[in-house]
Amino acid sequence: MSIDRNMKVLVVDDYKTMTRIIRNLLKQIEFNETDEASDGHEALAKLRAGNFGLVISDWNMQPMTGLDLLKEVRADARLKHLPFIMVTAESKTENVVAAKQAGVSNYIVKPFNAETLRDKIEKVLVHA
Amino acid sequence: MPDQGPPVAIRGDLDTTVRSLMSELDALSRIIADARQEVAALRADDSDIADIPGATDELAAIVSHTAQATHEILDSCEALETVSARVGDADAEVLQGAITRIYEACSFQDITGQRIAKVVAALQAVERRIARARQGLPDRLPIVAATASLLNGPQLPGNGISQSAIDALFD
Repeated sequence: MSIDRNMKVLVVDDYKTMTRIIRNLLKQIEFNETDEASDGHEALAKLRAGNFGLVISDWNMQPMTGLDLLKEVRADARLKHLPFIMVTAESKTENVVAAKQAGVSNYIVKPFNAETLRDKIEKVLVHA
Repeated sequence: MPDQGPPVAIRGDLDTTVRSLMSELDALSRIIADARQEVAALRADDSDIADIPGATDELAAIVSHTAQATHEILDSCEALETVSARVGDADAEVLQGAITRIYEACSFQDITGQRIAKVVAALQAVERRIARARQGLPDRLPIVAATASLLNGPQLPGNGISQSAIDALFD
């Protein structure tokens, strides 16, 4: 199954350097249509307004965390099937399990490399 | 039939336990009172205390400087990416590989920033508690109220699980 690399990807992180790094890495693997948000509220507004095909989100953000964003996305009739990858420094088993229970598509622990990012994106988009 | 309480032998054991508990509580109470006196005796210009706000400012400055440096590195990488589009395939591949590794390495700023934020929050909590103790006010606030809704941030080596263990949960 081929992957549509023209789809819009939303990168959500409160560290500007991290959104910039992820967007550059996405560009390297030919995902050129990217946008960013600095917290869950901004991300949710953009997701509801735009036609995104994938979300890559940090967990630790205020006021709305990545987990809260994930729950809002899964509760939204129009967005509930949207592939959602959590990229976070939170690597406690209970956090990963909580994200999985909330419906996360995959989970990347920071620091990560480009290969891991590409691998997880391809995995969730093939199964989407 | 009126309640006559526990048998004498049990009552004796309870009395001993209660006396022991009371003794422990007295000892704890003395320790707390001593600690409060010591904290109250601290002066704001004592070097140990006066350095805390400065230390948090220094740490915040580290985060700011590393963020600035990381953006400059990313600016340079983006400039190199435009050049790599104009060179031959072999050279472009080498350049792209190097740029990717720089991007990966730059994520250090996010991890160190989160770690430093945790230390800053802990120092600010110590500062607040000392200030409250000096005023003799009851301490009813959680230690790190400002970040209570957040998680633990980056785990120290050995405290979290690996990417491969996380992958196993999704396979």
